[in-house]
Amino acid sequence: MAIWDYANPTRFLRLVQIILPWLIGLCVIAFAAGLYMTFFTAPDDYQQGATVKIMYIHVPAAWLAMMCYSIMAISSLGTLVWKHPLADVSAKAAAPIGAAFTFMSLVTGSLWGKPMWGTYWVWDARLTSVLVLFIMYLGLIALWRTMEDPIKAGKAAAILTLVGALNLPIIKFSVEWWNTLHQPASVMRMGGPTIATSMLIPLFVMAIAFTLLFFVLHLMAMRNEILRRRVRAMRLKAAATARPATVTATAQPAE
Amino acid sequence: MDLGTHAGFIIASYAVCLAVVIGLILWVVIDRKRQEADLEELAEQGITRAGAAKGDTGQTGPKTSEAAKA
Amino acid sequence: MTGWALSLFRREISLAVRVGGSAMVGVLFFLAVVTVIPFGVGPDLNLLARIGPAVLWIGALLATLLGLDRLFQADREDGALDLFLMSGRSLELLVLIKCLAHWMATGLPLVIAAPVLAIFLNLEPVAIGAVTLTLLVGTPALTLIGAVGASLTVSLRRGGLLLAVLVIPLAIPVLIFGVSSADAAIHDPVPFMTPFLILCALTLITAVIGPLASAAALRFSSD
Repeated sequence: MAIWDYANPTRFLRLVQIILPWLIGLCVIAFAAGLYMTFFTAPDDYQQGATVKIMYIHVPAAWLAMMCYSIMAISSLGTLVWKHPLADVSAKAAAPIGAAFTFMSLVTGSLWGKPMWGTYWVWDARLTSVLVLFIMYLGLIALWRTMEDPIKAGKAAAILTLVGALNLPIIKFSVEWWNTLHQPASVMRMGGPTIATSMLIPLFVMAIAFTLLFFVLHLMAMRNEILRRRVRAMRLKAAATARPATVTATAQPAE
Repeated sequence: MDLGTHAGFIIASYAVCLAVVIGLILWVVIDRKRQEADLEELAEQGITRAGAAKGDTGQTGPKTSEAAKA
Repeated sequence: MTGWALSLFRREISLAVRVGGSAMVGVLFFLAVVTVIPFGVGPDLNLLARIGPAVLWIGALLATLLGLDRLFQADREDGALDLFLMSGRSLELLVLIKCLAHWMATGLPLVIAAPVLAIFLNLEPVAIGAVTLTLLVGTPALTLIGAVGASLTVSLRRGGLLLAVLVIPLAIPVLIFGVSSADAAIHDPVPFMTPFLILCALTLITAVIGPLASAAALRFSSD
């Protein structure tokens, strides 16, 4: 199975070395094309005017916020079920990136909302679910940071990620229920399938650009994490071999 | 290119996204520099990966000796 | 099977009642939260009656979270957790029994105190009954979700705050359906049974997910 060939971190790092320049190149091209289309060829919406340009970053950011959580959930399965050694590296590297994209989609959503709804924040079902997702990302990052041992932290975070993944549809459903109960559909729908082709193509290109950006950052963050664990392992090893007498001597009274 | 009456909001959105993306890139690049500096520092002390290979991700299989040079 | 389960249950209850009196402190905290609300929003009785169910639910959520960080930590400190793990019994069932005992000691007192506190908030008799019933059905779900957080943070020295942050997003559905079924009983935009049955379903779902995830986390924290 191909994925097991890269269970060896060294082999994985070599693969990253090869594909990263290509990914970065593609990402830059996609962003250039997407931004050009957004600002020079995409028409303004007849209702929203030029503010529709915010959609070209808001929708891809929201898409990535969800894709990133899915990747973390799959990685968590990888950690717990298949015990793939790079799965928790992948999950840990993805969390801050996902949080950043979720933050982006929240900020752009509220900046889009101000001219459209007259207020920066409405407790709309979609915005609220994304806010909950943001809190979950931050909680996961906090859990990663408070646990010293990366293996134990990886397993704990994997359980929390999976419980969160099971809960996300329930949260989405209950937030929608709550929303219809409190404010009957007064809020406009964002995007939607009725969007014109002249807007759909730039949106699609921007979504590809954002996805490529995610993979570039994810691979680089995974590489950093592997290096960090090497440094940690080497330090522990060096400390254990250099002065075993003092280590045990100081460890004894602390027990 | 005319951004209309709400130009401020559009520019602010793109500025925030740009700032976040630059922040992410800086985070990744600076982190990389720091890890490589740490690895070099360890190498100067004569600590190589050959002996410590097991701890990498904690549960990896056997390592090849070429890993020490990676 | 029933023998060990019953004795574990009895042990948990007597520990919870004797040591620290966590039940009383939880109810006191609940009282304090409910008392603080009128100082924040003003003593308008109509407003209080409108937000009353929500206040009681949020108070119960906070009081439940407050007591959760000791759920497994005390057992870890005195070594009982290692014995649980080595006992060969189903860890999931063990967690479920511990949660049940913990709920009896801390959740049930909150449910019993709720009608008294509801009077402070100017709730009508029907509303008092509805809130108490939803709390009775919903607070076990809070304990079971919290058990996941408690077992994830069991090895951390100061895990209480992190536990709350991890658990609150997962508790949102319970809060939504608890409050909306209580609201439905007072002024009916929807029939009471619809959100109430969903609340029951949520409690049953957490009774499956909670012990499974919690037991997995406890196993990983020990090895």
